[in-house]
Parts: sequence; C-alpha cells; structure tokens
Amino acid sequence: MWLTLTRIFPYAIAYTIPMLVTSLGGLYSERSGVTNLGLEGLMLVGYFASAITIKMTEATLGIQALPLGLLVGVLAGAVFSLLHAFASINLRADQVISGTAINMLAAALTVYLARTISGSGNVRILMGIVRKNIPFFSKIPIIGPLFFSQTYWTTWLCLLIWALSWILLYKTSFGLRLRACGEHPSAVASAGVNVHMMRYFGVVMSGALAGLGGSVILITYSGEFNGTVAGLGFLSIAALIFGQWKPLGILGATFFFGIATTIANVSQVIPSLSVVPPAIFKVFPYVATLLALVIFSKHSAAPKASGEPF
Amino acid sequence: MKKVRTRELKSNAFLVAISAVLLGLIAGAILMASIGSNPFTGFWYLFRGGLMNIERVGNTLATSTTLMLVGLSVAFAFKTGLFNIGASGQMLVGGLCATLVAHHVILPRPLYLVVLILSALLGGALWGIIPGFLKAKFNVHEVVATIMMNWIAYWSIYYFVPAYLKGPSLETESASIAISQSLRAPWLTNLFKGSYMNLGFFVAIISVLVIKFILDKTTLGFELKAVGSNRFCAEYAGIKVNRNVVISMMIAGGLAGLAGLSFYTGYSRNMQIGVMPSQGFDGIAVALLGASNPLGVLFSSLFFGILQSGKGFMNAMTNVPPEIADTIIAVIIYFTATSVLFKRLWDGLFKRITQKRERELEEETQAEKSVEKEVK
Amino acid sequence: MSHVIEMLNIRKEFPGIVANDDITLQVEQGEIHAILGENGAGKSTLMSILFGLYHADRGQILIRGKEVHINSPNDANDLGIGMVHQHFQLVHNFTVTENIILGKEGSFFLDRKSASRKIKALSEKYGLNIDPDMMIENITVGMQQRVEILKMLYRDAEILIFDEPTAVLTPQEIDDLMGIMRNLVAEGKSVILITHKLNEIKAVADRCTIIRRGKFIGVVDVKTTSQAKMASMMVGRPVNFKVDKKPAQVGRVILDIHDLQVMNNKKMLGVKDFNLSVKAGEIVGIAGVDGNGQTELIEAITGLRPVESGTIILDGNDITNSPIRKRNEVGVGHIPEDRQKHGLVMGASLSDNVAIKEFYHAPFSKHGILNATYLEDYAEKVTTQFDVRSGEGISSQAGKLSGGNQQKLIVGREVVADPELLIAVQPTRGLDVGAIEYIHSQLVAHRDKGHAVLLVSFELDEIFNLSDRIAVMNSGELIDIVKTNETDEQAVGLMMAGVKHKEGAQ
Repeated sequence: MWLTLTRIFPYAIAYTIPMLVTSLGGLYSERSGVTNLGLEGLMLVGYFASAITIKMTEATLGIQALPLGLLVGVLAGAVFSLLHAFASINLRADQVISGTAINMLAAALTVYLARTISGSGNVRILMGIVRKNIPFFSKIPIIGPLFFSQTYWTTWLCLLIWALSWILLYKTSFGLRLRACGEHPSAVASAGVNVHMMRYFGVVMSGALAGLGGSVILITYSGEFNGTVAGLGFLSIAALIFGQWKPLGILGATFFFGIATTIANVSQVIPSLSVVPPAIFKVFPYVATLLALVIFSKHSAAPKASGEPF
Repeated sequence: MKKVRTRELKSNAFLVAISAVLLGLIAGAILMASIGSNPFTGFWYLFRGGLMNIERVGNTLATSTTLMLVGLSVAFAFKTGLFNIGASGQMLVGGLCATLVAHHVILPRPLYLVVLILSALLGGALWGIIPGFLKAKFNVHEVVATIMMNWIAYWSIYYFVPAYLKGPSLETESASIAISQSLRAPWLTNLFKGSYMNLGFFVAIISVLVIKFILDKTTLGFELKAVGSNRFCAEYAGIKVNRNVVISMMIAGGLAGLAGLSFYTGYSRNMQIGVMPSQGFDGIAVALLGASNPLGVLFSSLFFGILQSGKGFMNAMTNVPPEIADTIIAVIIYFTATSVLFKRLWDGLFKRITQKRERELEEETQAEKSVEKEVK
Repeated sequence: MSHVIEMLNIRKEFPGIVANDDITLQVEQGEIHAILGENGAGKSTLMSILFGLYHADRGQILIRGKEVHINSPNDANDLGIGMVHQHFQLVHNFTVTENIILGKEGSFFLDRKSASRKIKALSEKYGLNIDPDMMIENITVGMQQRVEILKMLYRDAEILIFDEPTAVLTPQEIDDLMGIMRNLVAEGKSVILITHKLNEIKAVADRCTIIRRGKFIGVVDVKTTSQAKMASMMVGRPVNFKVDKKPAQVGRVILDIHDLQVMNNKKMLGVKDFNLSVKAGEIVGIAGVDGNGQTELIEAITGLRPVESGTIILDGNDITNSPIRKRNEVGVGHIPEDRQKHGLVMGASLSDNVAIKEFYHAPFSKHGILNATYLEDYAEKVTTQFDVRSGEGISSQAGKLSGGNQQKLIVGREVVADPELLIAVQPTRGLDVGAIEYIHSQLVAHRDKGHAVLLVSFELDEIFNLSDRIAVMNSGELIDIVKTNETDEQAVGLMMAGVKHKEGAQ
C-alpha cells in the first residue's frame, strides 16, 4: 500500500502541475474580469510550440533545448491569447464564443502545422526531463518519498510561479487593482486606473501560463505532441470554480483531479483497486466536478464582473 | 411636393455570415500558401473532393446530415439563451441507445425505424436535461456542466462498448450492426453509387422543418424565444423561465442524439471508442454561421459538409493537411464572434450610401422648390 | 466673502433636453451649501460637470478665483474636489482599507497595517467611526457611505460633494451624517449637498441654491427661509395641462393590501406595514421620491418579488403568493418602470410584444399553435388605436421604436387587455407633450370604465393631474393618504420629503 502510494504520487504530481499552472492562468484572467474558456486551446499552443522548438534544437543544444522549448511555449500561448483579449476587451464580443473559437483554432492549426512538419501530426522529442530526488528533502520520513523523490524541475518552477502569483495578487497594489477589475470595474476606473490594460494583462498571463502548462506536459510525462490535451484545459476551468477562484483552492482542486485521474489510470494494476470497474474511476473526476459545481454555484465566489465587457 | 424617404440599408446576419466565410477562406488560402502550396489548387481539390461526382456528393450529404442535426441542437439552445457545448456527449449517448436497439430489436422496418429514432432522441434528451436542470435549479453554468457530461459519456462508452458490444476484430470498435438494421437504404446507396448516404439525411431535413415550425409557429417556441431574448420581460409576462431552460436543453439534447443516430447507425455502422466526436464542436460553427436560424443551419451545414468531406481528397492530391478545413471553420467562428466589427463596417458603409442618396434627394427637392418660386 | 467654488452660467445640453440652462453656483469657503431640486431638475448633471464626468457646453468654473478646466475625475481630485456618489463605487469583498487605498496605494507592496492606522486616525478626526479591516459586504449602508467619505479625505479633498446622500440611510444614520458634515466644515472643508429633502437642509445647510427644470431659481439663506418657501421654489410652476376629469364614481374594492412587508435587495425591509386599498372607478397615485419603496411595492403586487408578510387581495382573490401568470389572469395589468428591461423584448416584433402575456390561450393560439392572423390583427388594433409609429408596421423590431412609441405600445397592450387593476409606474417618462396627454387620457378612460388604476410617479404634477386620492410613500412606509382636492403640492411635497403632516409646515 505504502509502496503503491510512493509509486503513484510522482505521477499524480506530474499530472497535477500542468493543470495547476493553467488554472492559475484562468485565475488571472477571470479575476481581471475576462472569462477565458480557451485555456484548452492555449495549452495546445504551448504544447505544440515547445515540441517543434525542442525538435529543431535538440540536436544542437542538447538538454538546454528543454528550457528553451518551455520559454517558446510560454510566449506562444501569450501571443495567441491576444486574439481573445482583443475580441473580448476591445470588440466586446461574447467571451464564451471567443474562447471556444480559440480552442477550435488552436486544435486545428497546431495539427495542421504539425502535419506539415512530421506528416503524421505527432511531433516526438528525443528527451524529457530526468527525474531526480531532491537531496536531503527526499530523506524526510513520509513526505520525503511522497513529494521530494522522483521530481521534475518544472514542478518546482511552477510551484514557485504559483507562490509568486499569490504574493502578486494579494500583497501588492497591482494585484489589488487587478482583482478589483473583476469585481467592480467602474470603481477602479473612477480611481484613475486603466481597466482595459489590467484586463489585457490578465488574459495574456492566462495565455502564458496555459502555454507553460502545455509545455510542461510535453517535457515531463508525454514526450510527444499528439494534437490533444484530452480536456485538461476544461478540467482546469472546473478546478478554478471548484477552488473558488483562490490560489490555495485551485492547488487543492487540481491535486484532487490529479490523484483521481492517476488512480483511474493505474487502478487495473493494483489488486485492491482492480475490483472496481475502471469506468467508475475514469468518470469520477467529472462527476465530482458536477457535484462541486452544484454546491458552489449558488453562492459562487466568482468575480462579480467577470464576463461583462467594460 | 411629396418627400420620398430613402430606404434604410442595414447589415444583416447573411452579410455577416458571408464576411466571416470569406475571411475564413482567405485565412485558409494564406495557410496553404505558407507551406508552399498553391491556394487555388488547394481549394479546387477541396471543393472537388466534396462535389466531383455523385458518390462524393452522397458523402458530402451524409457528412452534412450529422452537422445539420448538431447545428440545429446548438442553434436551438442559442435561440433560447443557452450555450450547448455538450452535443458530443449527447451524440454519444443517443448513438449508443440507437446502437443497442439496432443490435437487439427486430421489427418490421417502418416500426423499427420509429423505435430506432425515438431511442436516440430520448438518449440525447436525457443527456441534455441533466445540465439543463442543474442550470435552472442550481445556476450551474451550462458550459462547464455540458463539458463534464461529454467526458462522462466518453468514458462510459469507452468501457461499455468493449464489455457489451464487442466487435470481432478491433478492441476499439463495437460490433457492426447489420445493414438492414442501419439507416442505410438500398435505393439511396444505389442512387449515390455506394457512398455513406443514408436515411439520416431525411431525418435531418425533417428536423429542420420541425424545429422551424416550433420556433415560428408554436406557443412553445414563442416562450422559449422570449426567455432567450429577454428573460426579465419573459418573467414579467408570466412565463416560467426555469421550466423553459430545462425544456430547451432537453430538445437540444434530443437533436444531438439524432445526430448520433445518423452518425453511428447511418454514416458508419459501429461506434469507435476513445474518440470524442468532433461534430459536437463543428456544430457550434454551423449554428453561429447559420445565425441560429434553422434554414441558416441547413445551408451552413452543407457548406461545412463540403469542407469536411473534401479535405481528404485535397490532402491526397496536394500536400495540404486535412486540418485546413478545421482551421478555416475555426477562423469563421472567431469572426462571427467578433461580428460586431463587421456590423459596424457594413452599417458604416450603408450609412454613407444612404446619406449620399438623401443629400441628392434634398438637392433635387430644393431645385424643384426654387423653380416653383420662380414660376410664382 | 471668498468663494471656494464658482460655477458661472453653466449650460449643458443632451439630445432633446437642456439639463443645465445658464446656472450659476457660488460656494463659500467653509460652508455647507445645499442644491435643492426635484428629480430631473439638473442637480446631478451640474455636479457631474464639477467632478469632471461631463463637460459643460458653455460657462466657467473657478476654484478659489482661478479658472480651471476639469476634464476627468483625476483632475477634480487634483484640485481637491471629491464626490460621494449616490451609487457607491465600492468593491464588495475588499476591506474598508483596501477600498480606500485602491488607486493610491503608495507603494508596490501593500502596507495594509500603516494604511489602516492612517485611516483610523482620519476617521477619528472627523468622527466617522469605522473599522478599517471590515469587509464592505458586512458593513451597513451608512458605514459604506462613510467609507466613500474617507476615500475623499484620504486623497486630501477640500471640497466634498454629497449626491443625495440620505436616500439610503436610516433616520439615525442621517443624524450621524449631519454631524459628520459639521465636523468636516469645522476642520476647514467645504461641503456641497445635493438633495430634495427640506428638513435636512434646514438641519445642516448654511445656504441653498434652488434649481428647477434646469434653471437657476435663487439662492437663499437657510436660517431665514421657511421650508414651505423652499418647497414652493422647488416645485412651484404653472400647471400646464390639466386633464379633463369627471369626478370619480367609486365602486367596490379592487386592490386590498394589508400590513405588507417586503424585503429589498439590501436585505432590509423596503416596504413596511403598508396598508392601502384601491377601489373601482378611482385613480390612486403614489407620490414619493424614487427609492422610497415604490419599486418593491409594485414588484410585490405584480409578483416579481416575494412578500415577507401581509396580504394582497385582488377583487376577492388572494394573490399574495400567486404566480405572475395567475395575477395577469385575475386582472392585474402593469406598465413597468423599466420599459427596456421588463416592458418589451427589444429584439422581437411589435406583434410578438403585444401578445407576450396572452399568447398561450385562445384566440391567440389553439392547441399550442399560434394563430398568426389573430396576432397580427390584434397588434394592428393596438398599434393603430394607440398611434404607435414604426418603420415597418407590426413586424418592426421593438428596439427600433422611439422611446415614446415603445411606451405607447406597452400602454396599449396593457389597456386593451382591460384589467381590473391597471398599475402604471412612471408611464410618461421621457415622452413628449402629445404622448403624455394621450396616455393620461387613456388612464382616466380606464378608470371611467369602472376599473382601478394605481399610479406611481415621481412627477408631482402628474400625480395631481390624474389621481383622485394621493398616497405618499417615504422610506417604505405610507406617510398619509389624502384626497387630491383636499390638499396641494406644497403639503404633499413636505410629506414626500419626510415631514409628517401633523408637524405642520413652517
């Protein structure tokens, strides 16, 4: 049992982190007042951009290609999100439709471009991150083997970003203004702050972080771009709602999904779990989300002005 | 002297749709050029692939069938103020119900078809009513709820099919249903020289007419449209808003269920697991381009049918990847979402034309008046 | 006599209306200066110009003798002008401190503690009594207003404008606010108070500028001017159109309201201990300033808002908790306050809008199928009878009609349905003289048919023109109900302002 847990925790964490960072992106966007349903597409963009970057440079750069790919993935996501930002903020378009368009565009465009490069639509990279045990920390009883062994460096990067975001949003004046834009934009405007600029920041951050999420998937557990992130972007949105738009909340919610999905994936090989039909495990995260939505939607803590053009 | 008023020109949904399509096609052309392919040959083969011969036309119609039904589903939901992204899941459930009937129910053909269609209708309706109810009662946003329902359907099918409908060959396919149990009809197959064309096409056309009838001529349609257009006025007038949300999602789900019927027991004769039907999302494009109007959906589904059906041929004859079709579709959606821009552009143009005409009319009238004065 | 603010010969026009017509305002340093006028008189426009939200078409603004141009709220803030808005600009889930420092945090990293200390000190200096760490959604409306005041003080405002500040306060909170204003001027600030409430002006203002229909009427010294005189300057105008009205032939009770209590959106009682009856053949007008419970009362009667306690009986039927459709069937007609939100579906045709309450039964439809011919004929009847002008006849989109025609459509729809009780809320808002006359005559005709009419209006002369009896509402309560021919505008004006009849005009 214990051995099982220590074996699956690294996978659970690896699966959680891209979702966490994407959900964090969604947090920036929604908190600034723009609904962003295009996270799935933005993840794909990062996934693809990092894949081709690494593929093109791994011969010459070796292991350094990986951080470069990550960077390109972040930038690609940020740039792609400008489409949504422009439509939502300047053109006051329906944000739900715009976000859906982003998803469809990303899905089509990335596979289109991938096909022209590799013919099959998949882009395989040669190397991924080597998992390491953190010296000293991994020896700590209980939490050591669970959290500090067999880790990817991207996990620590993303957790750092998460922590810095928490500080930015809650401990700085910039964060105060950003959050106000999602609650009462006219109060912010009457205080002399440019609401549109703030919202652009929120959306671009969501693009950058979702792009990061997609890139992390590639260099940690996936190893190749295959045209889909299997609904992870939407799960991140659900985690955002489940986590009540708070950083700590989304940490818990995404981890919940990560563990649930990992258990579902390995349930067949674990004797104690294989008695339960695998369908139950697979379906569980989504049913749980629905239940969470039922509980939390009535008095939702959603940013009050999110989704309304200003 | 009578004053003639100039007719006011205004942009309308059709113009916006055309503008979006044009831009989508232009984007497609740019993409083709960017990989070194000639856009003209690319489009030539794309459209030929869909229309070149009677067999291809049949395939296009068969593809359009599913798109038409999903488009109707999304359009109907839009008209009543809801965004149904759950058409994929509703298709799967409707398709599963139909497949089960196809494997287990033997009846005289006309009666059998009724049962088959009803089963898909009910399956999809069930899958739509759940998020509808959650929205009405608990204010759960239908977008996230329907996406969750999509994945629940996906995984349920993933395990159900190999367990109960196992095919003889592949692990990932259900057992095929007999042609006699499908929506294929010999006369259609002969007419269209062996394409995928099936009775589903007529189901789709009839659905378009029925939905048009409901929306235009019935009290139900009247209520649903009122709720979708201004729920406050609807409430003020005594209409029960929540009840209508649930009914709307039920009908939308039923329509998507019919799409599953047409796809899994018409176009193909088995269900593949591990695939989320992309028509669920293409249906959104169909609905948006058709301005959520049943007849608009009919025509836009035919257009998208050509694109989807012809992309394989285009890919074979050129080196343009088939995803170009999906890209064009996505660009079209983006531009319909930003249709505000077009409306302003077209309205601005029309305003200038109207003002010019009015000025000319003014000048004429003034000229006539001065002539009158002189005569006096 | 040093003027801290002078607004000279200000003119501001909006399409179709002159909001400010050659108005002059002069405020002395260290005084509390009131601006008195009815709803729509132009007071808010004038102050919006001072605060940089609008630009005047003509006129000058001088601050301490120097001419200035105020182009935005930031300019106003820099000049030391602060405005406490009628609708608070507060983020509900931020603390008091966070709301106050928003936009003026002082440093990249928030220092909530020292900001809170400063705010606490400021609040004590001016007697504002606020806990800086409470969340806005958890404090009372009175406290929220004090946060708005602190926002201004934190930015070193020297001149504070209060826009209808007591509209949302309880009597005790009003007293507190008066005290705060006195503290402010004691500390050297100047205060401009926009209001229509005479007893408050009497309690705290030094001088008062009176505006009526966009025009400057006069400046008075508050101590030496009676409330009655100020009231007459505020409302006194020749009554332009008297409706030709036979005396009421009153019959049975149609609407009977007993001990009604209704909550408002702020989780307080919006309607308190309300008792009213309206009989067949009479028009009862509810007079009062907007925001004193009229909206909640009408929503309760029409079914758009639930009732806490009490009963509503319509022609013998208890409709207290009935669904809206049932109320319509039993005989409630409603011309709503907000024609765009509740009255019409802007994107639908005129014929659809006319049928929206009736479509579900014969002869509008049969077995669920609409009778298109009947709908068209009915719509033609209504639009012709009520002279609704549209570009494409009954198939025009409602949203394309002018405001006046939209209102005529709604009035037509409601009147033709011939309800026992017709409720009309602000039925002539934004209409030209011809349309106003027509609608007034329709309301009187409906009453002469033997039905009951309940009129809610913020225009006193409309109330006087149409009503047989006048009920005055203030703070959710019925102040008094009087026969129109036994009272006059001065008396009612005083009641509207919260002065009870018994206390007498001064």
